[in-house]
Order: sequence, then structure tokens, then C-alpha cells
Amino acid sequence: MAHELNWTATAVFVFFMALVAVVGLFAGRWRRGDLGEIEEWGLAGRRFGTIVTWFLVGGDFYTAYTLIAVPALVYGAGAIGFFALPYTIIVYPFVFLVMPRLWRVSRRHNYITLADFTHGRYGSHWLALAVAVTGILATIPYIALQLVGIQVSIAALGFHGSSWSSDVPLIIAFLILAGFDYTSGLRGPASISFIKGVMVYAVVLVAVIWVPWKLGGYAHVFQVASHVLASRSTRIPLILPRRQFVPFATLALGSALAAFLYPHLVTSILSASSGRVIRRNAVLLPAFTFLLGLIALLGFVAIAAGVHVGRPDDVVPAMFQQLFPPWFSGFCFAAIAVGALVPAAIMSIACGNLFTRNIYRQYISRDLNPRQESTIAKLVSLLVKFGALAFVLFGNPTYAINLQLLGGIWILQTLPVAVFGLFTRWFHRRALFIGWAVGMIVGSGMAWAEQMRTAVYPLKLLGVTFSSYAAIDALVINMAVAAALTPLLNAIGVDAGSDETVPSDYAIEPEEAGRAEGIAGAAPVSEGAS
Amino acid sequence: MAPLKKDGSQRSFNRAWLLLLLLPYIFLLWMPFYAKSKPALWGFPLFYWYQFLWVPLSALMTGWVYRVTR
Repeated sequence: MAHELNWTATAVFVFFMALVAVVGLFAGRWRRGDLGEIEEWGLAGRRFGTIVTWFLVGGDFYTAYTLIAVPALVYGAGAIGFFALPYTIIVYPFVFLVMPRLWRVSRRHNYITLADFTHGRYGSHWLALAVAVTGILATIPYIALQLVGIQVSIAALGFHGSSWSSDVPLIIAFLILAGFDYTSGLRGPASISFIKGVMVYAVVLVAVIWVPWKLGGYAHVFQVASHVLASRSTRIPLILPRRQFVPFATLALGSALAAFLYPHLVTSILSASSGRVIRRNAVLLPAFTFLLGLIALLGFVAIAAGVHVGRPDDVVPAMFQQLFPPWFSGFCFAAIAVGALVPAAIMSIACGNLFTRNIYRQYISRDLNPRQESTIAKLVSLLVKFGALAFVLFGNPTYAINLQLLGGIWILQTLPVAVFGLFTRWFHRRALFIGWAVGMIVGSGMAWAEQMRTAVYPLKLLGVTFSSYAAIDALVINMAVAAALTPLLNAIGVDAGSDETVPSDYAIEPEEAGRAEGIAGAAPVSEGAS
Repeated sequence: MAPLKKDGSQRSFNRAWLLLLLLPYIFLLWMPFYAKSKPALWGFPLFYWYQFLWVPLSALMTGWVYRVTR
């Protein structure tokens, strides 16, 4: 069945992709601003209220690749795959405490990127460059993985084979992405994130309620899964075994601390209209986490349904195809593809912003007006997308997965600069830079060594476990270096650099607090329009 | 966790509430608390329903801190 084109499913799929293309292309008119300016193109004018931000961050954080990879990991490796649930729970107290501060200081100084903040806070363009380059390097393979997500769902429609024509649908989806990104900026993915949210909710609710009911309830699903996992050559227990305690916990913690340092999530956060919108979303976004937990369960459901696939990433599409009528499986595949377009769009916008603000403007041409900035950001975002597409078409997807794992380690190494910097200026900028460099080298080296070891396991994704452990290890070394060198550098009198921010930049604005009293409960959707 | 800077302009709140935000980290990262199968709930082993339970619990705690700090 998988070898011939499924026409009903394809028709449904094409309908939703067309819908998304139209919405995305016209999104530029939504809360119209001058898209010739980078703050409008790249941050949608910082005017998104609670509801838009909820859909935008939700669509940005819970990527299509997550929807495919988490159940695949649960299907292949059992309990450890559930680290995604604690990860996406404990991320929000962190967001609540940290991100409103970043928003406030960025608003006061017109920062567009995390590297902008770094530059302003430490007066060091090298430190800003480190943050920008780390962000871009970590993000490009992530975009490639989103395209892999689209590829997997297109393949499930029956576009199989090695001929180049099987890549045509992917290229069309890519052109839709590039088109709405270029013309609408962040408003494109923001408007599509509504469609994504509704579609993904529909798919998951149907899948997790209807499927186990058909299969005989969750008790039965867990029973079969336990049996099958134990009978595999890897003999994985249903409950997390002791030897996986540390990998599970460090993976959850490392991922949670790293997530909102990614440029695409910083971009979504900075596009909010106030710090209060972010704090409210830290309370409301766990609704998506609940959804992710249900999606993780699909890994066990697939085992119970007797789904067999060659590649774990095909588990979810194969299960949809096996259990649902064609029109609904087409809807599911469309949900995955739309789910990939939203984060891919924001990721490339964020890379465009970083390159323009922190590399081009700093090192190539200093006097750029906002219009030129916007043009360069648009072109770079296109370039980044083409790079990711080339990666997917001509490279091995395994490279994208491995690079993305490395990206997680790398991005966490910017935590001392970015997050500590939001609370204290105690650390010396050079100490932070050296700490970052040591963390990057140590983390990459550990991942490299462990990649060899994970080859022992049948699942490449199991490498996740150790890689993220490396991220935490590298971070500890990074912080130790930064803390040890700071007093030393101060003692020898190395210039600590300027700081253009003042403590009140980070504090809650009186108006923000006042507004909370005034219109409590109402979504300030249009506030902060400039 | 670094303390929030005092901004002076608003009514102050009891900073102890911020400790609530630490609880999800403790209860979800200390694996011996819940890496068990019993007691099961509606067919879900403890390991799984416990994690699902913490989604609303953590959101409620963050929501409470939002209320008292705004």
C-alpha cells in the first residue's frame, strides 16, 4: 500500500498545504507594519498578545520533528523517550523567571537577538559573535530536521523511490515556506501557527483516544508494550531502569535549560507585547506539554498495534496509515508538514536576524539603515533554508540528527553569558568567552567519543541520552572556568568592558504591573502597537 | 537561582513563593521518586501517570507565583 500513491490522502494533504500557503502569503497584512524594517519583518513589531504568543511559541517549541522523534524514541527505546515530558514541564518555571527580563531589556534597547543583548551588556562584539555563531550553527541542522519531518509525511502519502521526482513535493513545500517567510516575515509563521495548533490537537486527541479504545484500553497497551520491549534483544523494561536515571534526568534538565536559548525561541519570545504576556504563557503553555505526553504515548500504542518499520522515524506515519481511513491519514500528514513549516520559518528568520545584526552590521558594513537590515535578513533567511534543503536532499539525514544533537550541546554553552548576564554583571566578559570556548570543545569532544559508543546500541537515537549528558557536563566545566577566571582577570586589571544597561531596564515596568490590575484576564492582543 | 532585583515601584510580595518554582525540578529530576510501576492508575504505571500529573501541578504553581508577584 505504501508503494502506490494514496489519492484521497494526497488530495487532503494538498488542500491544507494550499491553505497554509495562502494564509502565510497574506499574513503580512495582519496588524500591518512596515515590513521593510527588521523589527517588523523579524519580530512582527513586538506586538503579539497572550493568545498569539501562545500559538506562536507552542508552534515553535513543539516542532514537527518532536512529533515524529519522541514516539519513535519511545517505540524503540521505551521509558527513556519520556524524558521529553519532564523536559517540557520544568522548562516553564525557567521561562517565567528568565525570559521576561530578556524581553524588557531588549525592548528598552531595541535588541532583536540574544547576541544584541550580549553586546550591549558586556560591550564585547566577540562575545556577541560567539552567541550569534553558536545560535546559527545549532539552528541550521534543526531546520534540516523539520524538512526531514515534511519528507517523512510526504513519503507516507506514497511518494517513494529514489528518483528525483519523489523530491518534488518536498521542494514545493519548501517553496511555500520560503515564499511566506520572505514576504510576511514573522507574521507568516505566527498566523500559520494557529492552523498548526488546531490540526495537531485534532490529530493527537483522535489518535490517543480512539486508537487505544480500538486496541483495548491503555492497561492493555502498556501490557503489550512491556511484553514486546522485554522480548526484544535489547530487553528494555517498561519502567525506567536504574542505569538510565542519570541520563534521563540530565537529558531533561539540559534540554530544558537549552531550549529557550535557541534563536527561534528567543525570536518568538521577543515578539511578545510585554513581559507579562511571557509570564502568562509560562503558565498556559504546559497545555502543549500535555499534548506532547500523549504523543509520546503513541510510541507504545504503535507497539501494541503491531506496527513494524525499518526506520523508527516512520513509526508515527506508518501507524496513521495502518489505523486511519485515508482522508484522516492525509489530514495527519498535513498536520506534520504544517507543524514543520512553522518552526522552520521562525528558525530561518532568527538566523537572518542574527547574521544581519551581529555579523554583517558588526564586521561588514557598520552603517546600515533598518531597511537594508531587513533586506539582508530576508536574503540570509533564504540562504539558510536552501542550505538546509541541500542537506536533506543530498546529505544523509543521520548527519542532520547528529548535528542537531551537537547543536543542543553547543547552545547550552551560551547559558552563562545569556542567562547569568540577565541577573548579574559579576562575570568577566573574557572569563565567559573562555568558558564558552572550553564548553564547546569539551562538549563536542564528549559527543564525538560517545557517538562511537552508541553505535553499540541498535538505535542511533539512543545517542541522545549521552549527548545531552555531555551538554550538562560541558556546562559545568564552562561555568567553573568562567567563575574561576573572573576574579583572576579582575585582579590583573583586564578591562571588564562597558555595560549600556541599568538595573531598572530589567525590572517590571510600573505600567506593566498597573495593567495587570486594570484588565486582569483580558488578552492584551493589540497593546504595544508602535 | 539568582534573586530577582527589587524594583521598588510595586507592592512587595513574599519572596518565599518563588521557591514553589523549584518544586517541579526536585520532584521530576529525582528519579527514585517515580521510576516505579506501582501504584498504577487506570492502567498507567506510576512512572507515566506521575509525569502527566506534574503537567497541571507545575502550571498551577507557576500560575500561583504569577498571581502573587504581579
